[in-house]
Amino acid sequence: MKAEKLTRRDWLKLGAAGAAGLSGATILDLASRGGARNALAAHGLTSGAIKHGAVLGHQQDMGVVGTTATQDDFDPGTFLTHFDYGEVQIRSDGRTVRHWDVVAVDRDIQIAPGVWFPAWTYNGQVPGPTFRCTEGDILRVEFTNAGSHPHTIHFHGTHPTEMDGVEPIVQPGEKFTYEFEAKPFGLHLYHCHTMPLKRHIHKGLYGTFIVDPPEGREPAREMVMVMNAFDSNLDTENEVYAVNTAAFYHNEHPIRVGVNDLCRVYLVNVTEFDPVNSFHLHAGMFRVYKTGTQMDRYELTDTIMMCQGERHILEFNLENPGSHMFHAHQSEFAELGWLGAFEAVENLAADEGAPMHSYV
Amino acid sequence: MKVHPCTLMSDHNTEKDTVQQTMAQSPISGHPQAKRTSRTNRWILGLFPVALLAGISVLFLRNDPTAQFRAAFPPVEELTIERVSFPEAGIMRVHVVNGGPESVTIAQVLVDDAYWQFKIDRDPTVPRLNSATLELNYPWVEGEPHLISLITSTGLTFEYEVAVATESPRLNAQYLTIFGLLGLYAGVVPVLLGLLWYPFLRRIDRKWVHFYLSLTLGLLAFLLFDTFEHTLETSAMVAEGFEAVGLIALGILGAVVGLRAIGQLGRDKSAPTSGLTIAYMIAIGIGLHNLGEGLAIGAAYALGEIALGSFLVIGFALHNTTEGLAIVAPIADKRPALWNFIAMGMIAGLPTILGAWAGGFSYSPITATFFLALGAGAILQVIIEVSKLVQRSWPKGLFTPLNAMGLIIGMVIMYVTALMVTA
Repeated sequence: MKAEKLTRRDWLKLGAAGAAGLSGATILDLASRGGARNALAAHGLTSGAIKHGAVLGHQQDMGVVGTTATQDDFDPGTFLTHFDYGEVQIRSDGRTVRHWDVVAVDRDIQIAPGVWFPAWTYNGQVPGPTFRCTEGDILRVEFTNAGSHPHTIHFHGTHPTEMDGVEPIVQPGEKFTYEFEAKPFGLHLYHCHTMPLKRHIHKGLYGTFIVDPPEGREPAREMVMVMNAFDSNLDTENEVYAVNTAAFYHNEHPIRVGVNDLCRVYLVNVTEFDPVNSFHLHAGMFRVYKTGTQMDRYELTDTIMMCQGERHILEFNLENPGSHMFHAHQSEFAELGWLGAFEAVENLAADEGAPMHSYV
Repeated sequence: MKVHPCTLMSDHNTEKDTVQQTMAQSPISGHPQAKRTSRTNRWILGLFPVALLAGISVLFLRNDPTAQFRAAFPPVEELTIERVSFPEAGIMRVHVVNGGPESVTIAQVLVDDAYWQFKIDRDPTVPRLNSATLELNYPWVEGEPHLISLITSTGLTFEYEVAVATESPRLNAQYLTIFGLLGLYAGVVPVLLGLLWYPFLRRIDRKWVHFYLSLTLGLLAFLLFDTFEHTLETSAMVAEGFEAVGLIALGILGAVVGLRAIGQLGRDKSAPTSGLTIAYMIAIGIGLHNLGEGLAIGAAYALGEIALGSFLVIGFALHNTTEGLAIVAPIADKRPALWNFIAMGMIAGLPTILGAWAGGFSYSPITATFFLALGAGAILQVIIEVSKLVQRSWPKGLFTPLNAMGLIIGMVIMYVTALMVTA
């Protein structure tokens, strides 16, 4: 009965999506995914058996019970190493044009095992897709608002003011196409800029926007980590902290990397309500390329503090095999879900673990 | 007491039969044939509205016309953590009830703002008015506060603050002895001591007997307010779905009506309630009050809220000695057998021990609220009876200056001795 109720509610929202001219296939797809999700929510955890995290092992009980359902359409493990280059066309003048369709939809997402959050999303996922391009590309983002509230997409970086995503506000059922040249190279982000801003951001409307330098970067095992948090009871304090939404996900599923392989983390902070977040690596040091806009200036450290909207590229080589924990160095955030680990393995094949990314 | 359980039963039956006969004989206005209606028909007539209601309920549940409204609202969730116990170092147990209108799924637990793994003694989806116990291996710190927060599947949180963590008492001989002695010193002994005022009361002037009866009224009035305040305080911890207000009303009115009915048993209705019956009623009322008091002491100790000092015990003893006086005042002009005094002392005092034992292990705000309300109602009924006693045995009436003074002094005595137990 619960599922039926929610499906009916989903259909109301999808009515708006229909008005926006979305194809029938998309509507059915979203509706069926909603149904599956609600079935999961209804069953929740079937047992309260204690499941030990891979990293904290059997000595400590800190952590969540159960595991985030990976059969859900958003898998934090896949998201970590997935980059969306869009539909590519080469214009007559030889320039690369990239096209993305982005649809804002309301949906419940799983933020910790068995805990569901009524999110506002880009393309049904939080964080939104990781857009990736090269400096100088022409970007075209066709935005459809199929959600229940007005939204926009505000990109960080340099672009004409009318493409800034503050105005016009895209009402439910409406569309807007953002078009601009990708510059400068570096690590950027995008998010909704509709007021009230706090709510539009913490509800899930944000994502990573990577502009590669024309000459590329050194091949590395690349990962995207969006430091985010969720105020599940809406009291302006977060109950869950994570990278890429799911609390303790990489504690349960450590990220496999090769010993001495170059690793590159695109680290973005969108944490709402708290002034800062941080990243700390165990048993190793990383190079920080602030905002990723310079290739040769960096700082060597193992802890970096970031304000909301700040983003840095981290590069490191883990010299020793075994578990390298990483987490916020605010212990509170770490114990509320923002904690994971790299598992450094000898002779890991380039396509295994976090795969090696090469610039051609 | 004079009434045996079996007499009570048979009395009850006779009364019911009488009622039924009266109903059958009295013609319902406009229906003189009612007399001739067969027993079966009467049953059908009585059950018809019930059957109709059941039918409508089934139809309603099948088609649910309110679903249209509800679909627009998220489910309302209401979890109440009744208590958190610490059976041993490194282990914490959280006792939860669902007092809300719908089932709630406990998804995660936070202790001091950290996710902590837990075991649950049932399916984590807890239906309405059901309870669950969660167990965590958490290194709690003796003497320090801890904050427990349950996160449901919809992301709502329900919190409970442990003021001071301390190892929960275990059901063993030592605990039973400590609380047995506490109940003895604080409940039984003082009440029996109070009863020793009986010979004194017998030797004083009638005017002064009434002064002491008024003093008793003052003591009881204070106890009434005290118990009622405890009831309200405890009821604040009762989960919403359990209807604390209904529980209080049921307890208070149930005790008033119940004690009245007991007082009426085995005697002529026209005769006034005898002094001895009133004395027993006072003993029952005070016993119920002391049960609540015992529950509170046991629970407060188990929850680490009070330390058991000798000052506390002495305070309770002084406070309760006055209760003995209250019991014997109505029988100042009687000469009851000695065993009556012992029986009344036990009725009034022993519940302190029972309450303390129960409160330490299975404290539940629901039962505590009900028993406290029952105590308040019993005291109220006793006040009514004692007032009637004074009024009819003293031609000058209830509120002579001396009696009024007695009443006020009674309350002042209670107030002063109560100050000693709030330590």
